[in-house]
Amino acid sequence: MNVLLDHLPEFRDGFVGTLLLTLASAAFALVLGVLLAAFRVSPVPPLRWFGTVWVTLFRNTPLTLLFLVMWFVVPQIFDVGMSPWVKGLMALGLYTSSFVCEAVRSGINTVPFGQAEAARSLGMTFGQTLRMIVLPQATRTVIPPLSSIMIALTKNSAIAGAFSVTELFGVQKLLSDQGFAIAWIFLWVALAYLVITFAISGLFRLLESRLEVAR
Amino acid sequence: MTEVSVTKDEVPPTGEPLVVLDGVNKHFGALHVLQDINLTIGQGEVVVVIGPSGSGKSTLCRAINRLETIDSGSIALDGKPLPQEGKELARLRADVGMVFQSFNLFAHKTVLENVTLGQIKVRKKDKKAADQYARKLLDRVGVGNQADKYPAQLSGGQQQRVAIARALAMDPKVMLFDEPTSALDPEMINEVLEVMQQLARDGMTMVVVTHEMGFARSAANRVVFMSDGQIVEEQSPEQFFTNPRSDRARDFLSKILHH
Repeated sequence: MNVLLDHLPEFRDGFVGTLLLTLASAAFALVLGVLLAAFRVSPVPPLRWFGTVWVTLFRNTPLTLLFLVMWFVVPQIFDVGMSPWVKGLMALGLYTSSFVCEAVRSGINTVPFGQAEAARSLGMTFGQTLRMIVLPQATRTVIPPLSSIMIALTKNSAIAGAFSVTELFGVQKLLSDQGFAIAWIFLWVALAYLVITFAISGLFRLLESRLEVAR
Repeated sequence: MTEVSVTKDEVPPTGEPLVVLDGVNKHFGALHVLQDINLTIGQGEVVVVIGPSGSGKSTLCRAINRLETIDSGSIALDGKPLPQEGKELARLRADVGMVFQSFNLFAHKTVLENVTLGQIKVRKKDKKAADQYARKLLDRVGVGNQADKYPAQLSGGQQQRVAIARALAMDPKVMLFDEPTSALDPEMINEVLEVMQQLARDGMTMVVVTHEMGFARSAANRVVFMSDGQIVEEQSPEQFFTNPRSDRARDFLSKILHH
């Protein structure tokens, strides 16, 4: 019990660190994932090919391996001096974008083909058709899987702690090393994760019911 | 392969040629669904395409705005050949109205938005002018009082009339109808056919794939009979229904007209 009160600043920093890292990589993954999904359904073969390769690469690579690559391989090729936080964001974002892409693409596939055909027959371009007709109707189906992906992302962000990014899991390691009761540390860290993941599922459930009304 | 002679009665396309198909071929795998199709549709003409299912008539209709690609031959609209996929093709499609069997109204948009969307996003009209025109068209097809509903709240006949209004809102040069009444309950067919008949009387160029022989008889300038991917007969409706030349057409008519 005292671990929490005595080390409130560390826990707070860890919580904020996890929250920010999750939010930033979620935003990155969402934008990238939707773009990749657009690539994968586009009429341009090289774009489709690019999307497929991307998903195959990042979805099938262990996240820890991506972190290792970000930390030890990427700096050797582009020496741009990314901070650990940015490296963590990149690894999490790239990895998650492949899952977002596939969730969005499965949503796109649930929209009847006639909707896109009707849009095209009016003279709308591929981009207009996707943006105004297909994606808005795909959103509802995409929300539940997206919620799971974001929760997974929150938990995956713990790996960044092992790579010296300040976040919840890192706090756990720090305090355990200092010899505090491990059970209590784990409990508080787990609760902090729960707060974030519950917030995410709540937010997505809200979105889901909102979109239900709009139709 | 047996020689099928195309019987053409002299029904010259009225007006300038607007849609010209020249030696069009298309395969779906092993199926040769369009076989050397030559067809010219004149300005203001109403051409009704009939034939047994699987004869290629829907494919023919969809090829005209390149929703189906073709393997060889050429299709020209208003003197210009259909462009490849891209902005150019989008522009051309805006000039070709299309009405689908399954309506395909945008499910997440209101009736009014369905009719204004193309005007605003493709024709770049301002919203007010688009709204005004949309309401006028919705009145014309008799669903003006449904403007703020969503498509799912309308009957099939109403939805199809909205779809016609949506296509008309682009001021198309030609309207394609791909079995517009085939998904409708019998009592709703007439309300859609009446709108189409009015359109024909107003001088719209129309290509209509349908099983509605009554419509073909009363509204068509020309009947095109397709079978097995070929145009077997091209006649005036009067000639076609009273005195079909080919055995295939006689056979088809005997099956659908007497029961």
